[in-house]
Amino acid sequence: MQTEFLIQIKDLKASIDNKEILKGLTLEVKPGEIHAIMGPNGSGKSTLANVLTGREIATVTSGTVTFEGKNLLEMSPEERAREGIFLSFQYPIEIPGVSMVNFMKTAINEQRKHRGLEPLSASEFLRQMREKKELVEIDSALTNRSVNEGFSGGEKKKNEIFQMAMLEPRLALLDETDSGLDIDALRIVANGVNKIRRPDTSVIVITHYQRLLDYIVPDFVHVLYDGRIVKSGGPELALKLEERGYDWIRKEAEVSEETWTTDRK
Amino acid sequence: MDYRPEVISRLTELWEGKDAGVLQGSPDIYNRYRAEAFSEFLRLGIPDRKNEAYKYTNLEKSFGHRYEQYFSPKPDDFREAERFHCEVEDLDVWNMVLLNGFFPRGDEGLAMLPGGIWVGSMKAAARQFPSLVEKHYNKYARNENDGLVPLNTALASDGLFLYAPKNTVYTKPIQIVNLLHSTQDIFTQDRNLVVVEDGAQMSLLVCDHAISPQHYLTNTVTEVYVGCNARFEIIRVQNQHNDSGKITHTFIHQERDSFASSNNITLHGGLVRNATWHRLNGENAETHSYGLFLADKQQHIANFVKVDHAAPNCNSTQLFKGVLDDNASGAFNGRIMVHKDAQKTNAFQSSNSIILSDTARMDTKPQLEIYADDVKCSHGATVGQLDENALFYLRSRGIDAKEAKLMLMFGFAHDVIKNIPIEALRERIDNLVLMRLRGELSRCASCAIQCN
Ligand SMILES: Nc1ncnc2c1ncn2[C@@H]1O[C@H](COP(=O)(O)OP(=O)(O)O)[C@@H](O)[C@H]1O
Ligand SMILES: [Mg+2]
Repeated sequence: MQTEFLIQIKDLKASIDNKEILKGLTLEVKPGEIHAIMGPNGSGKSTLANVLTGREIATVTSGTVTFEGKNLLEMSPEERAREGIFLSFQYPIEIPGVSMVNFMKTAINEQRKHRGLEPLSASEFLRQMREKKELVEIDSALTNRSVNEGFSGGEKKKNEIFQMAMLEPRLALLDETDSGLDIDALRIVANGVNKIRRPDTSVIVITHYQRLLDYIVPDFVHVLYDGRIVKSGGPELALKLEERGYDWIRKEAEVSEETWTTDRK
Repeated sequence: MDYRPEVISRLTELWEGKDAGVLQGSPDIYNRYRAEAFSEFLRLGIPDRKNEAYKYTNLEKSFGHRYEQYFSPKPDDFREAERFHCEVEDLDVWNMVLLNGFFPRGDEGLAMLPGGIWVGSMKAAARQFPSLVEKHYNKYARNENDGLVPLNTALASDGLFLYAPKNTVYTKPIQIVNLLHSTQDIFTQDRNLVVVEDGAQMSLLVCDHAISPQHYLTNTVTEVYVGCNARFEIIRVQNQHNDSGKITHTFIHQERDSFASSNNITLHGGLVRNATWHRLNGENAETHSYGLFLADKQQHIANFVKVDHAAPNCNSTQLFKGVLDDNASGAFNGRIMVHKDAQKTNAFQSSNSIILSDTARMDTKPQLEIYADDVKCSHGATVGQLDENALFYLRSRGIDAKEAKLMLMFGFAHDVIKNIPIEALRERIDNLVLMRLRGELSRCASCAIQCN
């Protein structure tokens, strides 16, 4: 059966050190859709990103994740990346001694190999580097350094989007890519994402604040609270959260005993 | 049972027959130190783990082996080495091949490189520059409780001599490919002297390369004099095999405003111990001691460093890194001694290791002795695994786990390699390390040095 979804997350539960963090999360994303996930600190947003990319901090205890019809949870992190999943990290890691150039070249060629393509020629690789650097307005000197080493907070975030531009994923997870950015950098990063996106690229934007969503306009907004999606809506939901904070969500969530369902509009 | 009495009795036999044997024709400048050195050796013996400087290094594996020959070269021996042609593509160096530490045609005169640097055997140096040799020979080497230094002084018959007279600047690196080759298991000792006079510059690359599978044990002593305003760099690339033992003692003596750096890259070797002694004897001098080793199987790699700050306003750094797998073991013993008058000293030391298996081990021992009060000293040591977060970051971009680990190890190692001052060399050594990490650098495989 051909699925119309790019990714289908069903009743996902995951724990860290036997503490349940994701408590039955369901989310479906079609090709080309933009979904925003908002929620207070500690609600499990990064944990969801970790589970989807295969980081073994959290253990999946039940539920399924299907990506283009394949069981995502069985794949190694590198296989998921090659299938087209990309995470813009909330806290990008500094890797001294590993050059940006070598890192990107290796990543691109491993992904190309997976698709049965020849490695990029040196000149084509450099051309792409140049082009994508311009797209996110990243300082040329940065890509001559080691991965993220000595980058400012904003530069690290730009570097994430630069990597997204180089790798052209099917599904991009942006984990608080806006945090630590001033308004100019935010605009550059957000516009970068919009320019990189092809019509069928899907994006899950994890954010605290509405402001990023002025630039990357979501089709759906979900509120993640205590490991569950407790509310879903259109872009207007983000505006409401901006206005009223999360308290009313908290109250609603606590009032109700039932499991929240996340019907698609 | 202690293996040493038997080894010492064999060496004593060698000593007693030396005049008609291994030291035949040796110049008096060297001979005059021998008797005292040999009795010093007998007094100190072969170091064991009770010796603080050998606490983590057991020499038995190398010294306990029964070698069939003590190498003291005859002209015939070099024929093999001559055939061994070595070319370094696009690495602009002046290049020569030694055999087991000895200069071929030791009896011929010294050669002069463009720029005016003299090179040749110690025997020839004694004839051609007797007063220079007399001034420097055996003046910087120190026994300090280590019997292997006087053992070398007593019995090493020859070695390499390099001399950069005042203000001679030779910007190309001098590459020495030292072949370890023999048809029998051998013990060999070479004794080297490098004199870089005031205002002169020299850059030396020494590649130890085992080309036959015999057991070797080498005990090398190298003395280096770096005059005022002079600059000296030495990079050693050690690529031997599991049955070879290599002990080096390098004594770098620096005068005012001089610069020196030592970089020991140990890619392979059964037992390797590099002792590097830096003495900052004049003001405003700067010295750097770097080391990188990659060890697996049963290998043991030890680095011993001592930096003596004997004059004010000097800077020193020590940076040593190691990657250990399987049952390999490593040791780092770094000492900083700041003498009473050496005010405004900056001394920095760091040792970092990555352990890849449950059975590999690394021991580090920093020792600081500071007798001046206006001093900045720091030291730090880490022993750990590869960074899981960094590993995940690389994998999340599609790089497979094996390749990602390799990249991280290489990044870790590059931190030492990046201090190599010559770019072409840096790239070569990066490549060598990468090949070694990939397991593509076997004993005789063509390394980046491209010998054939
Ligand atoms: N490495 C970890 N070890 C232990 N607990 C963790 C770890 N990472 C996250 N958690 C816990 O999981 C919960 C969800 O965290 P996280 O997914 O980072 O939330 P968010 O990204 O929404 O702020 C929090 O209670 C947090 O303390
Ligand atoms: Mg988070």
